[in-house]
Amino acid sequence: MKEPFIRDFDPIDTFVTPWATAADAAWNGQIVLMGFLVCLSCGLVGAFIVVRRLALMGDAISHGILPGLALAFIVMQSRALLPMFFGACLAGLLCSACIEWLQRKSILKPDAALGLTFTSFFALGVLLISLHGSNAHIDPDCLLYGEIGLIPLAENLSIAGFDIGSRPLISMLAITILVILALTIFYRQLLVSSFDLTLAKTLGLRINLIHFGLMLLLALTIVSAFEAVGVILVVSMLIFPSVTAAFFFTRMPVILLCSIPLSVIYSCGGFFLARWLDCSIAGAMVVVAFLCFVCAWVIGSQGGPLQRAPHLRRVVAES
Amino acid sequence: MTDTPSPLEIHDLTVSYQRKPVLYGIDLVVGEGSLVGVIGPNGAGKSTLIKSIMGMIPHNGGWVKIFGKPPGKSCSRVGYVPQRESVDWDFPVSVLDVVLMGRYNHAGWFRRVGKKDRRIACECLEKVNMLPFADRQIGKLSGGQQQRVFLARALAQESDLYLMDEPFAGVDAVTEKAIIEVLRELKSQGKSLVVVHHDLSTAREYFDQLVLLNMRLIAVGKVEDTFTRDLLQKTYGGRLTIFTEVADQSAGIREYDKERRSVSSME
Ligand SMILES: Nc1ncnc2c1ncn2[C@@H]1O[C@H](COP(=O)(O)OP(=O)(O)OP(=O)(O)O)[C@@H](O)[C@H]1O
Ligand SMILES: [Mg+2]
Repeated sequence: MKEPFIRDFDPIDTFVTPWATAADAAWNGQIVLMGFLVCLSCGLVGAFIVVRRLALMGDAISHGILPGLALAFIVMQSRALLPMFFGACLAGLLCSACIEWLQRKSILKPDAALGLTFTSFFALGVLLISLHGSNAHIDPDCLLYGEIGLIPLAENLSIAGFDIGSRPLISMLAITILVILALTIFYRQLLVSSFDLTLAKTLGLRINLIHFGLMLLLALTIVSAFEAVGVILVVSMLIFPSVTAAFFFTRMPVILLCSIPLSVIYSCGGFFLARWLDCSIAGAMVVVAFLCFVCAWVIGSQGGPLQRAPHLRRVVAES
Repeated sequence: MTDTPSPLEIHDLTVSYQRKPVLYGIDLVVGEGSLVGVIGPNGAGKSTLIKSIMGMIPHNGGWVKIFGKPPGKSCSRVGYVPQRESVDWDFPVSVLDVVLMGRYNHAGWFRRVGKKDRRIACECLEKVNMLPFADRQIGKLSGGQQQRVFLARALAQESDLYLMDEPFAGVDAVTEKAIIEVLRELKSQGKSLVVVHHDLSTAREYFDQLVLLNMRLIAVGKVEDTFTRDLLQKTYGGRLTIFTEVADQSAGIREYDKERRSVSSME
């Protein structure tokens, strides 16, 4: 029999079966937790990226990390984690620095400078991988779309003999904590330098240092997240939370806090949606994020269609 | 003479954008407790002057000293009101947030904003009649209200030198009077203000010193000496014809000058 286009919705299979046994619950719990951490750290960093009008810088960095991954592999001749991690971060930072340099020093339009730099980086990475990486086991699919479903399969980390859990999960947790700490400690510096560079300078802030710090945080987040959600979908995780929250709230701290509930919705919603439709979890998470965005746009108090059309609002109120 | 360094000292300042010079050889000294107006046509380089004083644009000649130090060192004693167009009005901050930014240096960057800073921020908003809007997002204000918020932020900084780029742009007459009162009060407290101004009809009344600028420094000094027909003509090039009326009125052109013109128009 032909598979139906959309699978029938089976609430038991979707909501209950994943948690039926302890092993299942542990496995799926790790997936949902990973999704949550990815959404949270990306959402928090992304909020500042978006207000600085750098939304596409996330895209650029996430593609720019590829040559770093490939070079680290070729030089080390292994998939050792730390070299790959730092290679990727370095390449990402280099990519963003190139973009900024081009934007400042050449006559290129900013968007053109961005577009050609990160695609060149990406192409270089593709070339390196196809030249030397046949045994790299760098799976292009995994790179582009990520495979959050395989996170529980990753090797476990242990410190002093104690097994502390799956490696990607632990590193994502560490990065999330780093992001939260950095953003709370340097909140004012980031806020002022994002809003008004001149004021930041008058107040004696090192604006270039702050910018570099934010780019570093962005690169770290992307590099730890791309394994789970891939270099393409990670961009939506950067942008969706803050723009969704912005339909309801107009102050930065509240928008930042909103990424917590939104991350829960994205990761759980994405997991159950993928479970129901038997599709990519990362993809489903982004679809959920998109649906939330549309709902927020419709019902949000900041500039949605309901707000702009008073008669519509009345219709809704009456019904 | 005291040996305290003057609030602002500029010597032979030259600034260019992509090799195209915009300001040539500007010399300027602003003393303590002076209210200085900067006047010149569009594109004269007024905003450029303010920005290069702040160190936002590198200059390729001359130097700027603020309280005897290069701009980077003593910038915290400078308050700045930006030109309206240079602000991102969609940014998710409320009016009070913006004013509180002016307090960050006093409050400490890593401590919570205390009651005192909050109170000062509210007082500054009160001074410009914007307290009722404290919780609004800054994009949801009229142009004049936005201007006042940034004035309040500069006040909250409690600086010694203020640089303001067209604080009166898009502001109604009542607000303009209120703002000029605030500026005069600051001046009476011994602070120095450099204000870019566009309206020739009020310049004479508002400021006690004027800087006439059009890529070069045309004139600088007391209003009585600088607000003259010749110098204004020179500043605005041939384009002053439309301003002539205004300029004449407020410059108090002498009677015989008028007669001469009426004679020439009869011819
Ligand atoms: N970012 C820039 N790049 C290149 N040229 C610039 C730039 N900003 C300003 N200019 C040029 O420098 C000159 C001075 O500009 P500036 O903004 O200082 O003028 P202004 O006196 O403030 O004018 P307005 O009264 O319109 O505010 C203008 O001719 C302008 O074309
Ligand atoms: Mg200007």
